[in-house]
Amino acid sequence: MERLIIKSDNIGTWLAKIIDSVPRVLAPVKDGDKAEFKSIKSADGVDYDSQTTISSVKAAAFPRTETLFAYEKEGMETKLYNVAEDNFVETVIWRARPCDAVGFKPLTSIFNWDYKDELYNQRYDKIAIVTFACTSADKCCFCTSVGGGPGNTEGSDIQVTMIDKEKTLVEVLTDKGEKLVALAKDLFTAAEDSIDKEKALADIPAKFTKEQIHENLAKAFDSPVWKAQSERCLGCGACAFVCPTCACFDIQEDAHGNHGRRVRCWDSCGFSLFTQHTSGHNPRPTQATRWRQRIMHKFSYMPDRLNVYGCTGCGRCSRACPVDMNIAEHLTSIANSSHE
Amino acid sequence: MSRNIYMPYIMVVDKVIDEAPGVKTLRLRFENEEEGNAFEFKAGNFAEYSAFGEGECTFCIASAPTRKGYVECTFRKAGRVTSGLDRLEEGMTMGFRAPLGNAFPIEEWKGKNLVFVAGGIALPPMRAVIDNVLDRRDEFGDVTIVYGAKTVNDLVYKDELKEWDERPDVTLVQTVDPGGETPDWKGEVGFVPSVLEKADPKSDNTVAIVCGPPIMIKFTFPVLEKLGFKDENTFTTLENRMKCGIGKCGRCNVGPMFVCKDGPVFSKVQLNALPPEF
Repeated sequence: MERLIIKSDNIGTWLAKIIDSVPRVLAPVKDGDKAEFKSIKSADGVDYDSQTTISSVKAAAFPRTETLFAYEKEGMETKLYNVAEDNFVETVIWRARPCDAVGFKPLTSIFNWDYKDELYNQRYDKIAIVTFACTSADKCCFCTSVGGGPGNTEGSDIQVTMIDKEKTLVEVLTDKGEKLVALAKDLFTAAEDSIDKEKALADIPAKFTKEQIHENLAKAFDSPVWKAQSERCLGCGACAFVCPTCACFDIQEDAHGNHGRRVRCWDSCGFSLFTQHTSGHNPRPTQATRWRQRIMHKFSYMPDRLNVYGCTGCGRCSRACPVDMNIAEHLTSIANSSHE
Repeated sequence: MSRNIYMPYIMVVDKVIDEAPGVKTLRLRFENEEEGNAFEFKAGNFAEYSAFGEGECTFCIASAPTRKGYVECTFRKAGRVTSGLDRLEEGMTMGFRAPLGNAFPIEEWKGKNLVFVAGGIALPPMRAVIDNVLDRRDEFGDVTIVYGAKTVNDLVYKDELKEWDERPDVTLVQTVDPGGETPDWKGEVGFVPSVLEKADPKSDNTVAIVCGPPIMIKFTFPVLEKLGFKDENTFTTLENRMKCGIGKCGRCNVGPMFVCKDGPVFSKVQLNALPPEF
């Protein structure tokens, strides 16, 4: 790993060089008073102020709607067309947060634990991630409770930390990161040992540990906590859509006469139709059972089956929830409770 | 690009068989012969069937792996996709992703007696096993089939039921729900669990395979227990809703298990350890 320094004023110049040479650069852009990741063509207008974007950046590798294949019917016959290579574009994600970068780890596990999902893999392989370490946090952040942190470098190709108004630390973590630095070599100097990254980071006290949750969930299936916590849940699915690790999807047909495409769209375990059989029978008939699935999946089933937790502590679900369900609060109560 | 796991095989509908009101069997062959020759599956595996323009839906492969050259699916027309499949005519093409999921542990059943208990449209997944067993008849002990439907008309595979009924090495007990019988009905009248209890198959060295709607399964398990069947010798298939069939889309979870990957075949011992989410 290489530690470099760039003058804070030169960050825009560096980004401009990246935009010049990489076909797709995604960065937070203000949308009203909030920010979303958008494809940018200029280094101006990148939002460096928001704590996080509304949505996570998972769509870069797992689009909200994507074609799985196309078909064409002619008489009795059907022809299938695979997804063309040029759908997978070299991409730089700029000014993601550490919790965005680690979000790709559970996604990659889900899409590869058994069958290999090459649609996801080909998108993900072409992504380089530049995270900006968090020098502040808001009340919804809880990365330190689930094993992350404001300066966590896991999953990042480069991590940028604003040390002060003049100096910014650039940690080059992978070969993909090297290439991005090489685009503007002159802008960087070696970082002195005295540069203290830790000091610049936000203070985010841990509220619980993910292992505590995992342990308590083993005996919590029949707990009254699910009903109590989900009483106000509308089942709108916003939490799943903004989540960096939620990967549940639907497969639908986009048909136009004799041709069309099969598409994959984001879905949510919070929707009542998610598990409903054609007969009307529903294995998860109430919002309480669906809320339990959401928490169990992320903190019990995924660690058991995939050896990875389905939460990065980004807090987006809490920020997006229309009825103010705060996942960190709910998890804290699960961590502190005994359900025996 | 590497293999796209969502692209189905193209199949040609060779034969459409009307089984019962709203229920059809499609006999399918691979359009690409090479793919067909390379294709292998086991009894219990399921598939994702595409009606292009409508979508994809999930059911077991209803034919036995011992019957080569074709696969069959039997379905009830219920929603958008099954209506699309229902409209297919002989010679038309559709999609097929398979084999998916686990299989019945038939090899472990050699030398044992087998009791099949099925209700309504749940005979098809079991028929893959029954035909497989009958094609290797001398490797197994007594074969008993208890099958029920709402009405006489709703019984599927009527020709095969006649065949099984005439075989000296198969005991077939057929039943219809009260009110579903016809004047010339020779079978039982009553619900599957009570008819099973009356049939009283011996449980010694015997495996029970149960398929049916959740309510039938719920009332059949206690009867089997009463008859002395051990949980490790009782099997069923779960029918949770699925989309991908390959452990990713997230909807068939029962606790930590994926019905599409760890199932659809589960023993009663496994079911006992799972939360009641099926």
